[in-house]
Amino acid sequence: MNHDSAETPAECPDEEVSRRSFYAKVSVALSVAIGAMMVVPGLGFILAPVFRKPPRKWRTVGKLDQFKVGSTSLVNFEDATTVPWAGVTAKTGAWLRRVDDSTFIAFSINCRHLGCPVRWVNDAELFMCPCHGGVYYKDGTVAGGPPPKPLKRLAVRVRNQDVQIETGPVPLTTTKV
Amino acid sequence: MARQLLRNMGKWLDQRSGFSDYVVPLLTHIVPRDARWWYVFGSATLTAFFVQVVTGICLAMTYVPGGDEAYESLMYITNTAPLGSIVRGMHYYGASAMVMLAVIHMLQVYLHATYKYPRELNWMSGVVVLFVVLGMAFTGQLLRWDANGVWSVAVAAEMAGRAPIVGPWIAEFIMGGTTVGGSTLTRFFAIHVFVLPGLIFAGVGLHLLLLFRHGVSEMPNPDQPVDPETYKEEYEKRLKKSGVPFWPNAMWRDVVFSTVIVGVILACAVFIGPPALDHPPNPSSIEANPMPDWYFWWYFAVLSLLPASLETWVILGAPVVGFLVLFLLPLISNRGHRAPSKRPWAIGIVIASFTGILVLTIYGYHEPWSPDFGVKPLTKEVVGTDSGPIARGAALVHSKGCLYCHDIDGHGGHRGPELSDIGQQLTREDMIIRINNGGYNMPAFAGSVTAKELTDIVDFLQTRRDDDSIPPKRTTQSP
Ligand code: FES
Repeated sequence: MNHDSAETPAECPDEEVSRRSFYAKVSVALSVAIGAMMVVPGLGFILAPVFRKPPRKWRTVGKLDQFKVGSTSLVNFEDATTVPWAGVTAKTGAWLRRVDDSTFIAFSINCRHLGCPVRWVNDAELFMCPCHGGVYYKDGTVAGGPPPKPLKRLAVRVRNQDVQIETGPVPLTTTKV
Repeated sequence: MARQLLRNMGKWLDQRSGFSDYVVPLLTHIVPRDARWWYVFGSATLTAFFVQVVTGICLAMTYVPGGDEAYESLMYITNTAPLGSIVRGMHYYGASAMVMLAVIHMLQVYLHATYKYPRELNWMSGVVVLFVVLGMAFTGQLLRWDANGVWSVAVAAEMAGRAPIVGPWIAEFIMGGTTVGGSTLTRFFAIHVFVLPGLIFAGVGLHLLLLFRHGVSEMPNPDQPVDPETYKEEYEKRLKKSGVPFWPNAMWRDVVFSTVIVGVILACAVFIGPPALDHPPNPSSIEANPMPDWYFWWYFAVLSLLPASLETWVILGAPVVGFLVLFLLPLISNRGHRAPSKRPWAIGIVIASFTGILVLTIYGYHEPWSPDFGVKPLTKEVVGTDSGPIARGAALVHSKGCLYCHDIDGHGGHRGPELSDIGQQLTREDMIIRINNGGYNMPAFAGSVTAKELTDIVDFLQTRRDDDSIPPKRTTQSP
């Protein structure tokens, strides 16, 4: 064995050299195959959420008469893509503004700067972000600070006196190229 | 008889395992005698890592990485489990120690230019391990899975989402879906407990292997610049003449310093305790002000202070550029002087970075850019009266949120300019225009303040002056 490995390729008969190179190639190819068999299913498994189109669901957040005209209130509802063990993390929040008898606007609570939860300051009629001081007017447009976009609006509807919000993804502020 | 038996068993084990052939030479390899206390930081970082492994395994036996259970189990570990608070505290202070020691170790190596020939790869592997350690620190903070943890993931996902084209995919990969929820925590748990520690073990293994391969460097000597042609030969020669075996001649200092470090970690865990948990991890709750652990405050400050136009570049580019500059450093300069006295710019870079990071860390701690939502209404002592338009104006300055961003005599946030002597700086008319129209990051209040309220606010603000001069006579003015 030792003797074999000490032999330089030049001393080997051609047949031996080609056999060795065949062994080497087969071993490398099979190792790649083993790696692929191990990794591909796992990779698919952990990347699946990236490619899954999340379902959208309407969630009831309260009765119509719970929300006064002109008020902005914090509501919460369950995500569309929740898992049984999610517990409290299945929840999502939204700011619900009742503009008049029949019009509601729902804003995602995520600041459009880096996603922190914005707070409603009732007397000032402003949404304020605790992270870097982003400020939005009551209609969600930017009033100051770093946010590059208005607050994301979520779809709202009223069905049988129930106010419902449609679930959606966390609003990401992306970079256009 | 028994002694003979033991000796034989020892011999057998040694012969079969190769301990004397492989491990003893490593332990007793010859190292320079002049390093003394300078070289203890690397081994102390490794000791801190062992503290993390041991306490981490213990925590993982009780911690449940899921939904509400993570928070509940941490509550149990901290408040109920015997010694739980100490173990969690050790894991927390161990993380701080590890980050700190890794950085100090890197600074020492940089100042002594030990990264030069032939130890380029030692440095490069160290840089990779440093970044993995920072990854451990960040993911570990999230495993607290309180409100701060949940919202920190949201912020991390938003940051990743800024990357062109692939950003949204990375963000969804981080969150385990399109929202922060049940699938998020388990990802970070797996990364923190399996992936990153595996990388650290591998990286540290390589780092140590290279240490043995190229030997411990000498203290820099201004008369011995590194010349790759002759370095190894001369190093060996000098080592033969004056070197000492690593074990025990040099190692005792490492052991003493590591003992101090573990002692301090334990003492902090016992006397200060682990960090308090924030509110429960409810993504619909707005009671959160996500804040990283202290070693990231400087970066947090950088992100907060940047002009919007640079933000995306810095968020995405700074870590990559930082990594590349550090990683490639030995390839840029691997010969020449090692002594700090011959490399004044190296000392300059260290002092400048240290000062910059310190100042930014203090800034990050104070978060002057964050509105102060907890500010109390102004007292009568500050206002000067508790009735009339001035007192009403002072109350409005609180209720309308002005104080969240503006400080008046030590009360209020620092996002906007201080208003303690605004009465001297702006006329009534200017104030009215500014409040109504906003500007310079200030929202316009025209739609949310009535004419009467505006008059009261301005009346109050006109009294804010730092001298005793009489405020200008009030004129009734409509917005
Ligand atoms: S996340 Fe809201 S201002 Fe930065």
